[in-house]
Amino acid sequence: MQENNSSGAATLVPYGPLSVSDRLAKKALRNFKERVIELLLLGAAFVSVLTTVGIIWVLVSESVNFFRNVSIWSFLTDTMWTPLFAEPRYGILPLLAGTLTTSAVALVVAIPLGTTIAIYLSEFARPSVREVVKPFLELLGGIPTIVYGYFALMVVIPMLQLLMPELSGFNMLGAGIVMGIAIIPYVSSLAEDAMRAVPMSMREGSYAMGATRLQTAFRVVFPAALSGILSAYILGISRAVGETMIVAVAAGMQPNFTVNPLEPAQTISAYIVQVALGDLPHGSIGYQSIFAAGLSLMLMTLALNLVGHVVRRRYREAY
Amino acid sequence: MKAEDIPLIRRIIRRNKRIELLFVVAGFVALLMGVLTFVALFAQMAWAGWERITPDFFTNFPSRRAAQAGILSAWVGSLLVMLVTAISAVPLGVAAGVYLEEYAPKNLLTDIIEINVTNLAGVPSIVYGLLALGVFVYTFGFGQSILSAGLTLGLLILPVVIVATRESIRSIPLHIREAAYGLGATRWQVTRDHIVPYSLPGIMTGVIIGMSRAIGETAPIITIGALTFIAFLPDAPVGPEFPWVNFEWLKSGFTVMPIQMFNWTSRPEEAFQQNAAAAGFILVLMTLAMNAVSIWIRYHVRKDIKW
Repeated sequence: MQENNSSGAATLVPYGPLSVSDRLAKKALRNFKERVIELLLLGAAFVSVLTTVGIIWVLVSESVNFFRNVSIWSFLTDTMWTPLFAEPRYGILPLLAGTLTTSAVALVVAIPLGTTIAIYLSEFARPSVREVVKPFLELLGGIPTIVYGYFALMVVIPMLQLLMPELSGFNMLGAGIVMGIAIIPYVSSLAEDAMRAVPMSMREGSYAMGATRLQTAFRVVFPAALSGILSAYILGISRAVGETMIVAVAAGMQPNFTVNPLEPAQTISAYIVQVALGDLPHGSIGYQSIFAAGLSLMLMTLALNLVGHVVRRRYREAY
Repeated sequence: MKAEDIPLIRRIIRRNKRIELLFVVAGFVALLMGVLTFVALFAQMAWAGWERITPDFFTNFPSRRAAQAGILSAWVGSLLVMLVTAISAVPLGVAAGVYLEEYAPKNLLTDIIEINVTNLAGVPSIVYGLLALGVFVYTFGFGQSILSAGLTLGLLILPVVIVATRESIRSIPLHIREAAYGLGATRWQVTRDHIVPYSLPGIMTGVIIGMSRAIGETAPIITIGALTFIAFLPDAPVGPEFPWVNFEWLKSGFTVMPIQMFNWTSRPEEAFQQNAAAAGFILVLMTLAMNAVSIWIRYHVRKDIKW
């Protein structure tokens, strides 16, 4: 705003030297500028929607091309995935088995350890311990997955081979264990947040009845925080299902229709990596097959997200 | 309470205490396993790769002979990809976060955007790679370039930046806004002069965390078709001659640190595994340094703000 004070302090010129019409024009310009900025910001926020639309469009359109050549029925029921053979067969079941087996191994590691860490940090640890440990766990969650893959291949699998000498150099057990360690931080930090959100008065009530800290943790705090803890588990599962590099490095690269974690196998995500590493021409059926695989993966995580949503609704405790 | 019950009660108390002690030990062991894994991972790579970490390792191109191979093209590629990622994700993410906190009316569109951001954070990173392969590489014709890779990672970390921006803005007390509006500031003036500057430390933290994720991402970059053997550097972004900047590097083929490491890890020869260890050590060091900076910002810069 232009304030003209040259005529002296005695003359009050509240609106400056501008005429009314000038001021209105200025206001209109300002309002116009505000509108434009708001629209620009809305546009930025809308990019996330466009991303989702883009993902769905790409996956569905390429999958439609794929399913022109391969029937959905054989895709879902055939037990062979041999896209590079002379007579290729595209049955998702072996890749699905690999994905579910490695995820199951990872969850067997991540859920007990993650939950124990969360209960310990939220109910037992001194604040000074928590201050040190939490950033450490964050760091553990920030390590690139390719490094975890290297660790699985070079350290964990050789250690497992000491226990089980006939174990192959690539297997789902080693990959799954390391994947579990990699997702512990996600599970523990969300579960801990949920437990810390339980009001102190509930713990105090429990202590007043003579319960120990452990009884309070398991019978009062844990049930009260159940909805948050379950969503932590579901996030862990969806991380495990979508995890790529650990299994690509350490689980072996051949599709194998088995749920035995001691065997090597390929997951859906690892198949995508394998194809992308090769040189499949754009538009070929092999190229389209990775989008069909990606669509299956996307549908699985989407289903998990929906389950998470329902679980949060169903088990939410209001205090 | 009868007198003969007392020994029984004492026994129950003793048992409960023992169980509790057991759990505390279990919790501690679980924590220790996490910490020890980290230490083991770091120590193993340092041990296995130590001999390879020499100045030459940083200035050599990859090679068929493991002892002469280096990470020059990989770290330059990572740097350039990160540059594109930051330039694309930071303005978009901050703008989106500002919109959702300061501007968005309560309506269906806002709800859709919010649900979208939450869901995108849960999409596996390899799916972003497929998106980029279909859209950036083929539909837009960017090819298998630094531009495609940077934009892909930009989209990948967008939810992180948006969430960090929103949380940071939410912690600014309402009276700051009221004071500015009371003086006749417009919404954009309030945002530009108060909201964004005050939330900057929080935004920075989120951006650095997002970038440290992006630098280690392997799967989406492999999916768009990054090459694993690159023995050249892209054109320099800045040069001595007019107009001093060029954008040819955006279209260049490239490799990045995690892909170089993946390439060496998947070779059977032990000498290459040594290179993989060295590359992994440097990669972890890079992410650790970025995380350390963000933790430092969170604890020191934020403390200086008093409302």
